[in-house]
Amino acid sequence: MSDTVESVGKVVGGTGPGGGNGRGNGARQLLVSSFGVFARQREATVLVVTVALLLYFAVSDASSFVSQVNAVDLLSEIMAPIAIIAIGEVLLLICGEIDISVGFIYTFAPIVMYVAITDYHVPSVLAVLLGLLTGVAAGWVNGFIVVTLRVPSFIATIGTGFALDGLALTIMHAEPEGIPPPSVSAGKWLGIPGNPWQWAPLVWAVVLVIVFHVVLTRTRWGLYTISAGSNLLGAREAGINVGRIKYGNFMICGFMGALVGVQTAFYTNNVDPSAGGYLPMFYAVIAAVIGGTAMLGGSGTILGAFLGAVVLATLTDGFDIIGISANPLPIIFGGAILVAMVANVQLARLRQAGRTL
Amino acid sequence: MTAQHQFPQATGGAGPAPDEVLRAEHISKRFGAVTALVDVTVRLSRGEVLGLIGDNGAGKSTLLKIFCGFQQPDSGRIVLNGEEVTLKSVMHARSLGIDVVYQDLALVNELSVYHNMFLNREEVRGPLLSNRLMRRIARDHLDEMGVHIPSVNVPVASLSGGQRQAIAVARAVFGNAKVLLLDEPLAAMGAKEVAMILDLIKDLKRRGDVSIIIIAHNYGQVLEICDRVNLLQHGEITLDKLSQDTSVQELNDIVVAEYRRALEERQRSA
Repeated sequence: MSDTVESVGKVVGGTGPGGGNGRGNGARQLLVSSFGVFARQREATVLVVTVALLLYFAVSDASSFVSQVNAVDLLSEIMAPIAIIAIGEVLLLICGEIDISVGFIYTFAPIVMYVAITDYHVPSVLAVLLGLLTGVAAGWVNGFIVVTLRVPSFIATIGTGFALDGLALTIMHAEPEGIPPPSVSAGKWLGIPGNPWQWAPLVWAVVLVIVFHVVLTRTRWGLYTISAGSNLLGAREAGINVGRIKYGNFMICGFMGALVGVQTAFYTNNVDPSAGGYLPMFYAVIAAVIGGTAMLGGSGTILGAFLGAVVLATLTDGFDIIGISANPLPIIFGGAILVAMVANVQLARLRQAGRTL
Repeated sequence: MTAQHQFPQATGGAGPAPDEVLRAEHISKRFGAVTALVDVTVRLSRGEVLGLIGDNGAGKSTLLKIFCGFQQPDSGRIVLNGEEVTLKSVMHARSLGIDVVYQDLALVNELSVYHNMFLNREEVRGPLLSNRLMRRIARDHLDEMGVHIPSVNVPVASLSGGQRQAIAVARAVFGNAKVLLLDEPLAAMGAKEVAMILDLIKDLKRRGDVSIIIIAHNYGQVLEICDRVNLLQHGEITLDKLSQDTSVQELNDIVVAEYRRALEERQRSA
């Protein structure tokens, strides 16, 4: 557990533009300057919040919180889905859009896979790919409605979300079904209970976060995504095909939704038309915003969203472990999100002041 | 530069003057019921700085948008380096060496100075950006142009208006622009910033490989920086003179007289 956080901390600390030029001689100077580099990272504030939360729960109930069973719960089952979908939402939020439907893509994708296996006898691995492709296709439809037909994404994706929800319920007759036993092994690399495959969702999340962090910060795609959200007209004037960028990010987000949907279906061995819904989208957007992504577009970080996902997962899991009863839990959860956000915003303000002074 | 070249008749067949870079002939443009440009002819010589002045709504911005390929004229033709061209888009115009720096600056505030300098022509190695290379080239280029900013790594948002304008101009020159269109580069700027931009334009003029059309409102600044001025009124060029042959007073008088005349006309018809 703490290993992961530490290594994340290193990654975060190491991404400074130009790195830290610790020109001083003494170790103290080096320490001060490396703290400076750390504090200048946008992810720094949420990292502080994350570590504080983890420590709080670890101290509150060490024996249960710091255990392998709970690490799987927290990281693979709760955190990974949030982090994976958050990648898609961060990209969309940065380029000035949002996908409300992603949770219903999550619902729908495993159903396509299930129908392909049971009704059309498609080989399992191919059916999994078909499920993932469904997400990409749904993302394309979102892109088409938003970019080509010019409907604001907030409304467009509410519409596609409803449609996918209805399709899911209709196809499954509103009944959940188990994954046919011969196909279960095809999904183990996506994550199924038991060692070592229970760690797969976490591995997927970490790998995807790293890949898309690089995409966002080190490739043209990332620059153009930021440009589209920060100065749409300017990006167009510079000759950037902004529509293509938005289409692409909707498709990435759709893929992420489908991936989590299919993963969850295998992990729970349940293709459930009432899984997903709005909640995965809200968690992902909250994780993105906690991690420092602007709701109005133009800026955001995927590492930050990953830490945001850890924060949300820690809150969900931690309160559960220290035994808060189910009814008042949302009060505390909501309050904790607000406290995390306020701390984040205020720390960022201090950081900004420190930079300009 | 011949200032008498006001409304050339039948220049169609005649070859261009050897130093001519851009010529727009008999350009007209209308938006529905509104006629933005009636019949405009503008010439620009190599290394020349031309000031385009006129009141709001006179058609300056429309003319600029036609020059940079953002809009297409209803009639008339554009001759670039002696060849007639149809500017299909901003990208197309840019590929031909005509670049525009807009009032609203097409810079991306959230990106660093060097990413902005390279926007849509990034240096890459495989799929990844060559940030170090771009940083170095951007720094060298800005130094060479005499644009002073704290660092090319800072986001553009943290720079002053004048610095951003300078970056936008430097970016266009860096992109190999031969004809530079500047839309109100001095608007809403402090004295120090204005001086900085004027210096930058003078420096470009001294080097002589870029020709510039500037839209501006301050006649004093226009006469200080431009070789020649064109006055645009109601979609027509009503004055074309070398800066040394005119004065702020004269330009003011023409514009004010026009305003009075229009006012009286309106009162008569009312």
